[in-house]
Amino acid sequence: MSRITVFDPARRPRILAAASAVGGEEFHGPLGPLFDYHDESDRFGADTWEHAEGALSHVVLSLALKRAGMDHREPDVLFAGDLENQCVASHEGLGSFGIPYCGLYGACSTVGEGLTLASLALSAPGGARVAAVVTTSHYCAAERQFRTPLEYGSQRTPTAQWTATAGGAFLLSRDRGEVEIEAVMPGRVTDAGLRDPGNMGAAMAPAAADSLLRYLEARGEGPGDYDAIVTGDLAKDGSCWLSELLTKEGVLIRERHFDCGTLLYDYEKQDVHAGGSGCGCSAAVLAARFFPAIARGEMRRVLFLATGALMSPSSLLQGGHISGIAPVVCLRRREGDV
Amino acid sequence: MDRHFSPPDYRERVRRRAAATPVVKNAARAFLVGGAICAVGQGLYIPLARLTDPRQASVWVTVILIFAAAALTGLGLFDRLARHAGAGTLLPVTGFANSVVSPALDSRSEGLVLGVGAKIFSIAGPVILYATLAGSLYGLALWVASLFA
Repeated sequence: MSRITVFDPARRPRILAAASAVGGEEFHGPLGPLFDYHDESDRFGADTWEHAEGALSHVVLSLALKRAGMDHREPDVLFAGDLENQCVASHEGLGSFGIPYCGLYGACSTVGEGLTLASLALSAPGGARVAAVVTTSHYCAAERQFRTPLEYGSQRTPTAQWTATAGGAFLLSRDRGEVEIEAVMPGRVTDAGLRDPGNMGAAMAPAAADSLLRYLEARGEGPGDYDAIVTGDLAKDGSCWLSELLTKEGVLIRERHFDCGTLLYDYEKQDVHAGGSGCGCSAAVLAARFFPAIARGEMRRVLFLATGALMSPSSLLQGGHISGIAPVVCLRRREGDV
Repeated sequence: MDRHFSPPDYRERVRRRAAATPVVKNAARAFLVGGAICAVGQGLYIPLARLTDPRQASVWVTVILIFAAAALTGLGLFDRLARHAGAGTLLPVTGFANSVVSPALDSRSEGLVLGVGAKIFSIAGPVILYATLAGSLYGLALWVASLFA
């Protein structure tokens, strides 16, 4: 394959169903009513936060299967990932479905990586017929993993982001579903040399700009060819940086740019600083907000750039940087029967 | 994207323009909350000093404040206050109590030995280590100085 895969219009992978689940904070945000499931306690019936994230991933895939009227034996392959070490939430929460599993890590961009790989798996001759993509994140598990204990009293910087307790699941099929995947393009690891874990938006923006410019150039298109350009979780600050980087290159996206991390919370009422982040943030917002809009025909073509900050606390202490990555997925409404 | 993008230039712009921490507001809140904690300490000290003696009273005040901070941490209230108070809750002995209790609570699910035992000092550890070291060096210096006094 070349660096960008544009599927044959007659054989585009299709998204059959999507489902989302969130925690209490996310449910109280502006998108609250759109999510399929929420648990006010963030526990999802589990005893620890790590297990709660596993339970969340289980819930969200069950919901997607139910919506598709599909048995858990039907998907041929499952691409899933989360933020925890060893992607434990994904394999613990989803293992019991018995679907052949590929664990992914792309930080908060994992849903884009999953949709890319799933659509490639579906388009391969003799490949999968149905593929599932699940990504989750959990505020409490992520705080423990990347920052400080939950009850530790500290102050955040205004550019810091809030890891969403959220999950999204997508079922992709060769021949069913109203939303098609027109093209996919993996992102490049983009290192601007930033080192502040309290400012991930700025670390991800160059990756989003790189992917968007490469994609538009390869396809000979401009932002005007899309109803929406949806980034994962650049949040307030990162979105400004993206806009600035693109303006320098003569590309203006402002009026059609949406950012999942910015949409998820209410800045006035919720103390989330720059906005949301986490593998589940863009997955849940895509599943609850944009996927239904495309399926209903309110949006015809949407460019989805999940963004990830590739950050290891150990490497950072050793002088490492925070890189960004942004895989591109082009979604479109299916038009009639081709 | 190698067109106009220069990482050093971008880093510099991010450094300059990243939304600044509201220093004045944070300092004012830290002053008020930190001051209030110290006033509570003083409020406890005065009657206790009358009941016992000044030395014992100051020990009791420390014990009470540590216990209160630990209890508030356990109730999930300390971090909510600290989000606004910042250094106001961090600097007094309350911050130290919170820095020991919070990892202990957090790692309880991983067991008493490898969870709580191994991680309880993950935040306070450096303070304990280097304070002990500094105290020892000071003691040594004092002893050496006393030889020539």
